[in-house]
Amino acid sequence: MSVPITEKQSAVFMKGIVKRFPGVVANQGIDFQILRGEIHSLLGENGAGKTTLMNLLSGVYRPDAGEIFVNGQKVNFYSPRDALELGIGMIHQHFQLVTNFTVAENIVLGMFGPGKLNMLTIEKKVDELSSLYGLAIDSRARIWELSVGEQQRVEILRMLYRNVDVLIMDEPTAVLAPQEIEKLFEVMRRIKAEGRSVVFITHKLEEVLAISDYITVLRRGKVMSTVRPEKIREKDGVVSRELARMMVGREVILDVGKESRKTDQPLLRVENLSVRGDRGELAVKDVSFSVNVGEISAILGVAGNGQRELVEALVGLRPKDSGRILLENDDLTAVLDRVAYIPEDRTGRGSVADLPLLENLALTVRDQFTRGPLIHWKNVEKKARQLIAQYNIAAPSLTMKARQLSGGNLQKLILAREFSQNPLLLIAEQPTRGLDIGATQEIWHAILRQREQGGILLVSGDLKEVLSLADNILVIFRGQIMEIISCKDDKGLEEIGPLMAGVERKR
Amino acid sequence: MESAVIFVAKITITSSMAVLYATIGEIFTERSGVLNLGVEGMMLVGALTAFAATDCFQSLWVGVLFAMLISGIFALIHGFFAITFRVNQVVSGLALTLFGIGLSDFLGRPFIGKVSLKFEPFGLFPLDKIPVVGQILFTHSALVYPAYLLVPLAYVFLYKTRYGLQLRAVGENPSAADTVGIPVFPMRYLYTFIGGALAGLGGAYLSLAYTPGWKEQMTGGQGWIAIALVIFSMWDPLKALGGALLFGFINAFQFYCQAAGLTLIPSYVLRMLPYLFTIVVLIVITRWEAAKKRVGAPAALGIPFEREQ
Repeated sequence: MSVPITEKQSAVFMKGIVKRFPGVVANQGIDFQILRGEIHSLLGENGAGKTTLMNLLSGVYRPDAGEIFVNGQKVNFYSPRDALELGIGMIHQHFQLVTNFTVAENIVLGMFGPGKLNMLTIEKKVDELSSLYGLAIDSRARIWELSVGEQQRVEILRMLYRNVDVLIMDEPTAVLAPQEIEKLFEVMRRIKAEGRSVVFITHKLEEVLAISDYITVLRRGKVMSTVRPEKIREKDGVVSRELARMMVGREVILDVGKESRKTDQPLLRVENLSVRGDRGELAVKDVSFSVNVGEISAILGVAGNGQRELVEALVGLRPKDSGRILLENDDLTAVLDRVAYIPEDRTGRGSVADLPLLENLALTVRDQFTRGPLIHWKNVEKKARQLIAQYNIAAPSLTMKARQLSGGNLQKLILAREFSQNPLLLIAEQPTRGLDIGATQEIWHAILRQREQGGILLVSGDLKEVLSLADNILVIFRGQIMEIISCKDDKGLEEIGPLMAGVERKR
Repeated sequence: MESAVIFVAKITITSSMAVLYATIGEIFTERSGVLNLGVEGMMLVGALTAFAATDCFQSLWVGVLFAMLISGIFALIHGFFAITFRVNQVVSGLALTLFGIGLSDFLGRPFIGKVSLKFEPFGLFPLDKIPVVGQILFTHSALVYPAYLLVPLAYVFLYKTRYGLQLRAVGENPSAADTVGIPVFPMRYLYTFIGGALAGLGGAYLSLAYTPGWKEQMTGGQGWIAIALVIFSMWDPLKALGGALLFGFINAFQFYCQAAGLTLIPSYVLRMLPYLFTIVVLIVITRWEAAKKRVGAPAALGIPFEREQ
């Protein structure tokens, strides 16, 4: 099943690659080759070493051992520039764009050429490229005016402008709506048709099967297998399972098997809420919805459509422009101690990265542990140990810093802290973003258990997560709720993709 | 009346030059993401070096060159701590100012009261023959005229050239700049040096042209005014010119009041005016800009860059 490895006819050949970080070996002797004109997927859980391997290929890191061949020639990259010069470009998960610059300025940034910039010529060339590849973009727009999907197009155009032969994309679909993903795949196929290669890093199985010529599965820094998608299809009816098993090394069940616990008792009511964004524009426009006791309502949308502003208004971080937010019958801001908030930004908002776990656990629950003005640390510690056991948090000690925990464990810690306050309402923002399948499952189960206590508002861009958890789906687009769809409504669910992209539902 | 206008206008220009050079220099430095609060110290080092080197080599231009070179190197001390060692840039910059004040005080003692060469004003033929405007703009010393070129050149460089784009990218998002192959560390060192050299030029202007001679702390806080003007100008050389001229104008106004014997306001208060006014304008402008939600400081200003390894 594995591909015979040869240096010839491969665009890139990586041999025996080892990369160590303090405490971890991210790549343990990896062999990897990219053929010309193929889409090669790198599949694996978080921390499997996919991004590290590609950072080595794009010159961000230098390998501790192993060799890299480009077009049969051995190369040494000291910086991303070296890799770019040999036609290898990487689009990082966190876009590397200067937000105050225009699209064209970002694209031309760092390229050689005459000192005087002729922006008109550059913009024209960008426009040509963008229409050629169907990557619609206004070359004069500034990056901060663009959606995440548009910013990704800028990154792709930047690489096409540089005429790269090997385009590496790190989790490009994580930020996109289903329609946008299909468009991205078209662009990838087009690039492939020109004889260039695309490396597609992801942990989403269906996407891999839809687009790849070859799939390399990484687990814990090692190559588990390199396969053609058709091959496994022949061999095994349930393809995703097979790949998932390779990724995780154990059987993964993605269906959490939820049953609705929704009651008729209303808990949260949002009426005609409008909220302004950072630039004074209306980011949330006249939104109304409610969450009942025992219900999980999900706000689903592509990032940047007002979700952040909506959540911030709900939890009191942002003033509302107009409208009402009621928890039972009180204004929400008056009863915020009954609300738990799981922020998207785990290390920024959810925890203090440089404080020990114990203090992080006491951050929002200190009322339970005070003796006069003092904190009763013994009690905190007892509670902390109990929570760590209960939520299966892999933390060697309570004195280690929050930043030393992996994303999944940190998220479980935050969940444990918030749930231990017995909140009536839970607001969870992208609770499993960037987490691997195992951690995702545990978080989902914890959220489902939380229904016993009250209602849950889930904000997510991940369709699968929403479908797995929610009773109702509120699709948000440009600050408006496009439609509220019940998860039992199969017809309605088909419309979710278009709705996320702003297409009104057909009646 | 006309002579009074010309008098005030000429002094406006002469008393804004030192601040203008230092401000343009600091704009370059901060655009690269390095915050250097050592401007006052660098100007003092520049002023002393200019005077001492002129005295030693009996050449004004050699003095100017030395001032720029030494102040630039002096700025690199901050660069070394801020860029390579990633220390707190506020602390490092303040230390540079304190160091510059102390060093110039100490080394400058033998030069106090000495008389040496100085830049004399001259009419820049034939431009000085233009009525009024010519008199105001083109009857200055040779250290004023370069500023007329520096401001538009700095503007064009920042906004119209590839290198200016790279400079701004390094200050806005060094990680993005690094990804597309721009050498972040060398760029930051280079523009820290340029900022120091221009502050040194400002210092040289003070000790060789504006108030020829050396006196301890002769910059009198103009380095701090320059830092205020950088913010005031929103890191834009053209607006920096406006800010520097405003500072110069208030200065000229107080000169005029004293010269005309207007004793209504005590001279101490008058001499405070330019500084007071700068602060007030700074507050007003930043409030106003904040209200407009304009793009302001370079996003990575004062934040050390570190490539993951």
